[in-house]
Amino acid sequence: MIELNVNGAKANVAVDPATPLLYVLRDDLGLHAAKFGCGLGQCGACTVLLDDTPVFSCLVPVGALGGRAVTTVEGLGSATDPGDVQQAFLHEQAAQCGYCIPGMIARAEALLRKTTTPTEAAMRAAMAPSLCRCGTHMRILRAVRRAASMRGGGVIDAAEPVT
Amino acid sequence: MTGGIIDARCSRRDVLGGLLVAFALSPAAMAQTGGGEGSGGPPTVAPGLPGALAKFPDLDAWIRIAGDGRVTVFTGKVELGTGVKTAMAQLAADELDVGLDVVTLITADTMLTPNEGVTAGSQTLEQSGTAIANAAANVRLLLADAAAARWGVAATDLFTRDGTVLDGRGRRASYGDLAAATSLAVRARDDVPRKSHGARRLIGRSVPRVDLPAKLTGLQAYVHDMQLAGMMHARVLRGPSSGTRLAVDLQALAAEAGVKRVVRVGRFVAIVGKREWPLEQAVLKANRGGWSRDPAGASVPIGPDDLLAMRRESHGIAHERADPAARPVKQLSARYDRPYLMHGAIGPSCAVAVFRDGQLTVWSHSQGVEPLRLAIAELLGMAPDHVRCVHREGAGCYGHNGADDVAGDAALIARAMPGVPVRVQWTREQEHGWEPLGPMMIAQLDGAVDSAGRIVSWRHQVWSNTHSTRPTAAGDLLAGLEMVPAFKPTPPKPIPQPNGGGDRNAIPLYRLPNQQVISHFLPDMPVRVSALRGLGAHLNIFALESFIDELAQAAGRDPVAFRIAHLEDPRAVAVIRRAAERFDWDRYRTTPNRGRGIGFARYKNHGAYCAVMLDVERIPDEGRIIVHRAVAAVDSGEAVNPDGIRNQVEGGIVQSLSWSAYEAAGHDGSRRTDHDWSTYPILRFHDVPRSVVVDVIDRPGTPFLGTGECAQGPAAAALANALAHATGRRLRSMPLARDGLRPS
Repeated sequence: MIELNVNGAKANVAVDPATPLLYVLRDDLGLHAAKFGCGLGQCGACTVLLDDTPVFSCLVPVGALGGRAVTTVEGLGSATDPGDVQQAFLHEQAAQCGYCIPGMIARAEALLRKTTTPTEAAMRAAMAPSLCRCGTHMRILRAVRRAASMRGGGVIDAAEPVT
Repeated sequence: MTGGIIDARCSRRDVLGGLLVAFALSPAAMAQTGGGEGSGGPPTVAPGLPGALAKFPDLDAWIRIAGDGRVTVFTGKVELGTGVKTAMAQLAADELDVGLDVVTLITADTMLTPNEGVTAGSQTLEQSGTAIANAAANVRLLLADAAAARWGVAATDLFTRDGTVLDGRGRRASYGDLAAATSLAVRARDDVPRKSHGARRLIGRSVPRVDLPAKLTGLQAYVHDMQLAGMMHARVLRGPSSGTRLAVDLQALAAEAGVKRVVRVGRFVAIVGKREWPLEQAVLKANRGGWSRDPAGASVPIGPDDLLAMRRESHGIAHERADPAARPVKQLSARYDRPYLMHGAIGPSCAVAVFRDGQLTVWSHSQGVEPLRLAIAELLGMAPDHVRCVHREGAGCYGHNGADDVAGDAALIARAMPGVPVRVQWTREQEHGWEPLGPMMIAQLDGAVDSAGRIVSWRHQVWSNTHSTRPTAAGDLLAGLEMVPAFKPTPPKPIPQPNGGGDRNAIPLYRLPNQQVISHFLPDMPVRVSALRGLGAHLNIFALESFIDELAQAAGRDPVAFRIAHLEDPRAVAVIRRAAERFDWDRYRTTPNRGRGIGFARYKNHGAYCAVMLDVERIPDEGRIIVHRAVAAVDSGEAVNPDGIRNQVEGGIVQSLSWSAYEAAGHDGSRRTDHDWSTYPILRFHDVPRSVVVDVIDRPGTPFLGTGECAQGPAAAALANALAHATGRRLRSMPLARDGLRPS
């Protein structure tokens, strides 16, 4: 049995400790926000927070978590009570197919926990590990700027203003 | 009678007087029947009815109302991330006069919905949306008639509001109540008007997407997320790419930890287990076993020029008579090409299937569950009636990727394990190696201008494979090719004009004398290719709009003024002018290595009008391209959801910049060489534009033109034209960044 701390709750799973966290989240805990994209840490669809750090959950063995807190997008809010970053994404309608978006939200959350006043370049760099095929990037950036404002900060040198 | 409800009045006079006949049949829409991008569904049975009502004229095929007033709307189209679920719900709710929250939309399901063929070609609103809007208007009138009969009054004295019919003097009847006594199994009438523009509450408004809350909060929203009771996972074993075969040791495979079952049918091999991770490990290990070239495979052309030497079937698709008065003073010729491109879905293809009591159900993110059902039925030797294919959303596919193939895989595995739901997901390496590619293409343009700066001759030739191998038979699925004996693929054929495949948008919208357009269809397909967003329009518009700029330069004319001087269609001129205003084209000042460019097209020459303008800088020392500003104007006819249109065009511009600047699917003559994102980079946040602005020109009361693919070609051409303006060098071969430019 491996004990996990996911979205503030304890969970025990009986799996090979080498199993990447992503499969445990999706198949054992029924948490479907984090997505399989590449299994290689190249696309960011599987991004979750480990404490306050964004990680590729497709690469992190569940046995290596060591009790650190895992936060998935389910832990940030729900469809009926979305968290502030989710609200910002909804406000900007920042999705097309939406498959990459939970990873984007997790990455944005990690950035804003570090600073609510990133520069435009720092914001883009923070989001860069995540790929989007639909070309929703502009809206995703607008959503991150909005979320920064909602937390009392704002993106410095923003390429497009929050309106 | 208050202002608020006058608008929703069920006026018989409007009907009989024909005051509000909202829909003229679009000749282009009708021309698409039975051809084009995969199966178009059944034949037209009611040619007088608009959109897909012509194929399914009965109202209950589209709309049903339960006793509690809840409305279920059926469409044979699917949500691909373009927001059509929301747009169709808006159309139904507005025309019916109910709240958006009481509408449930059922998308393509071979058991439940009208057979609308494939969701492709930016035709969803034009076909299905038009049907739903008109069906809803019909149903609203039927319910008002039912209330009128019940109360012994004239329907013209009644109103509808929020799911209720009212007489304005206190009597009211709910739709649920009326529907219980009203059959909707009746044929739609062609004389029921849609709501007047001023009466609309939802159509034309940027209603938030109905599907996003679930997708942004981790609810089960994709086929990938399905978890059925007793479900097993499966992986398939194939060589590293299309054109190869894996040497599989079945005994060793069966002995791997976590592999509960090996399913082999002919050369098709899959492994099944309770957990995904051990299966992934087993696939990795099996891939080390070596592969060989598929003896059925052909050698692969290395570059676009090789296409010129291939066997071809040439068709003249446009020809304008010679103008003997033409006096060319400058003649130009140029070749433009693009490489093979990947769809590159972020989520690898996935399907879930279960075979129970002789019935097979497959959940798939295919764009065409109806033709897929026929292909799977043939693959399994089953009657189509015993196969049900249900659409579930997937990662943005942008055409025919591995969705259908993996559904075939799932069907084979499920049949081998009766009663067990099976979820199959391709690996990233399989998605990169096996998805059908967007075809490599080349175009040759020749033209001339006279001393007055007018184009006096024009010839466009394009060489291309087919742009659709969407499955309609077992041999069109990878698994079908792995049966022994193998099923035969449907022979590739060109998609005829007016839509076109490789020659989509090869015919200029500009009025040009001495014009000749020749489509060279290449039937031999050394690389498995199929539909990628926009089909041939990406290369043809890139070529055509680059060449227009080259001619404008030869004539010493401004690119915007030169285009407008050769256009007669006022809507085309309007989008170019609107984009130029927003961009401030006339006051643009160039600086070293920085320039601006335009690309314009009317998609398919009968879809949406789109003009894109870019302000681009090349950083010489780094070879980077910075897109400072992108501005677009789009006219998609009547705008159901303007923000949905903006989202599509913004996304189309960014995606096309990625394709056109950076992407090329590699091959070494015998197999594909890209197996993940490390060798097939797509645009990341560093390199997307600083800002993108999209202006929607709404045309209320005109047909929906479809938006999904309209920006791909214009954005590609705008980039080439801006780089030429910035650097003085004309790049004609995509990816443009190959030529000394690269992403950061």
